[in-house]
Amino acid sequence: MYAQMVDTGAKRVRAAEEMDADERAFQERIDRGVKIEPKDFMPEHYRKTLIRQISQHAHSEIVGQLPEGNWVTRAPTLKRKAILLAKIQDEAGHGLYLYSAAETLGISRDQMLADLHSGKAKYSSIFNYPTLSWADIGAIGWLVDGAAIMNQIPLCRCSFGPYARAMTRVCKEESFHQRQGYDIMIALCRGTPEQKAMAQDALNRWWWPVVMMFGPPDEQSVHSAQSAQWKIKLFSNDELRQRFVDQTVPQAEYLGLSIPDQALKWNAQRGHYDFGQPDWNEFFEVIKGNGPCNRDRLATRVKAAADGAWFREALVAHAAKHQAPQAQKAA
Amino acid sequence: MDAAKPAAPFEYLLRLGDNALVLSQRLSEWCGKGPALEEDMALTNVALDLIGQARLWLSYAGELDSAGAGRSEDELAFLRDAGEFRNLLLVEQPNGSYADTLMRQFLFDAWHALALRELAASADPRVAEIAAKAQKEVAYHLRRSSDLVVRLGDGTEKSRAMMQAALEQLWPYTGEMFQGDALDRDAAASGAGFDPAGLRAPWLDYVGEVLAEATLKQPPAEAWMHSGGKQGRHTEKLGFLLAEMQFLQRAYPGARW
Ligand SMILES: [Fe+2]
Ligand SMILES: [Fe+2]
Repeated sequence: MYAQMVDTGAKRVRAAEEMDADERAFQERIDRGVKIEPKDFMPEHYRKTLIRQISQHAHSEIVGQLPEGNWVTRAPTLKRKAILLAKIQDEAGHGLYLYSAAETLGISRDQMLADLHSGKAKYSSIFNYPTLSWADIGAIGWLVDGAAIMNQIPLCRCSFGPYARAMTRVCKEESFHQRQGYDIMIALCRGTPEQKAMAQDALNRWWWPVVMMFGPPDEQSVHSAQSAQWKIKLFSNDELRQRFVDQTVPQAEYLGLSIPDQALKWNAQRGHYDFGQPDWNEFFEVIKGNGPCNRDRLATRVKAAADGAWFREALVAHAAKHQAPQAQKAA
Repeated sequence: MDAAKPAAPFEYLLRLGDNALVLSQRLSEWCGKGPALEEDMALTNVALDLIGQARLWLSYAGELDSAGAGRSEDELAFLRDAGEFRNLLLVEQPNGSYADTLMRQFLFDAWHALALRELAASADPRVAEIAAKAQKEVAYHLRRSSDLVVRLGDGTEKSRAMMQAALEQLWPYTGEMFQGDALDRDAAASGAGFDPAGLRAPWLDYVGEVLAEATLKQPPAEAWMHSGGKQGRHTEKLGFLLAEMQFLQRAYPGARW
């Protein structure tokens, strides 16, 4: 997901008798469905885990602008260009809400960005794949935003107030993005044979990386139980992945595209699709920095920050010059 | 055609549409690479306004196009070659640093706001309508770019040097905005357009005031100026911008997207 394999600092869930009184009261509030607000008591691990999760999510929104930005100057019509520009702007806005939500936990945006630039903080594996044709812009909206929604709708009910509220704003826009992406796919699939082939090729390349977005299988997810107890993860990786596959298969059928998975088959008994396993080795390599675009994406963000340093410094310098007399007056 | 309500000539509308289109294309090159998140979003807003304006101007131009049975906004945007574009040379200049991008924006916005004020009073009701809508957006663009020019000019030593260098680099492309030709004269005479020479004094006044507040040194108003964009003689930069922008429409002729 936009936040994958978030380290909770705990390999197993702590039992009530291992907690002190504050922690027990905290857990009871969560169990009762009361939202935790920034000024409330929270265990240090909860705070740190949320900082990791929310900042990873924010970084994903920001880095996620790049694969789509790759096509904004080549969009095929003025209308598509305007829609794509607006979408990328929305993603920057999502990054802003999320950085603000994380800041309530006592970390600055500058620090979070420094952690992204140094490689300490991660962002979603999905944005380390290249956008090779215009159809990839359709596939990203349809599949990547679609997968993001799967994960983010439950997070609107998560235990941390600022995160839950940020997710509510974000989800409305993400569903627009998904529809717009699907609309690009429809146009391509109703178009020339070359356009249809472009759409199929995009689905072939994006399918498995998107399936991997939900994170490793449940039995390998050592941090999930603690996150579930804290209600900052409401469904398991495999549950969300199943929902995503069930939702997406009919959409692909409507487009007349085939999903590149030999094992994909409706299971009437379960009432779900059975599907194959992605190459988890690839997933862990991408997370480690070895995806096709990791270096490019990070280098682009680092360069943008470095090239913009003079700009940010100048605004600070101007404000200092022109606020100083007022401050003196006030004093 | 209703004799009482003159229509702006096709090429005249292309000039307006192409300015907005080409500048929007340049701004969209910054996507995800701006100096701060808020700046990325604000610049994208400007790009979005401009692409919206371009669509209105080009759609109207397409309706009046005598060459074909009416070309669509996309045919005009994606299937004309550089020599058929009518934008000012200023807007096709490369982004350069963020200082260059902002200075280009400021010099253009200051002219654009004045031009739209004239066009909002056009005798061609469609022109007046589009200009009135664009005027509100451009008033914001100009406020924003003026404010940033002041803050960056009067910021650090480095930012002042960068803004001054950007100003000197772009200044020779500003003269074209005020040079009228036969097309301008016809448009002005019919009441559909305006005489660009008339904008020069108010533009110099406004720009001079902002530059002074920004502690930047205005290059001489009488300096030698480039021209040709309005007539389709562009700089080398435009061909590359179009090659990128028009790629899909050129590679897959007739496809619908
Ligand atoms: Fe988003
Ligand atoms: Fe999105």
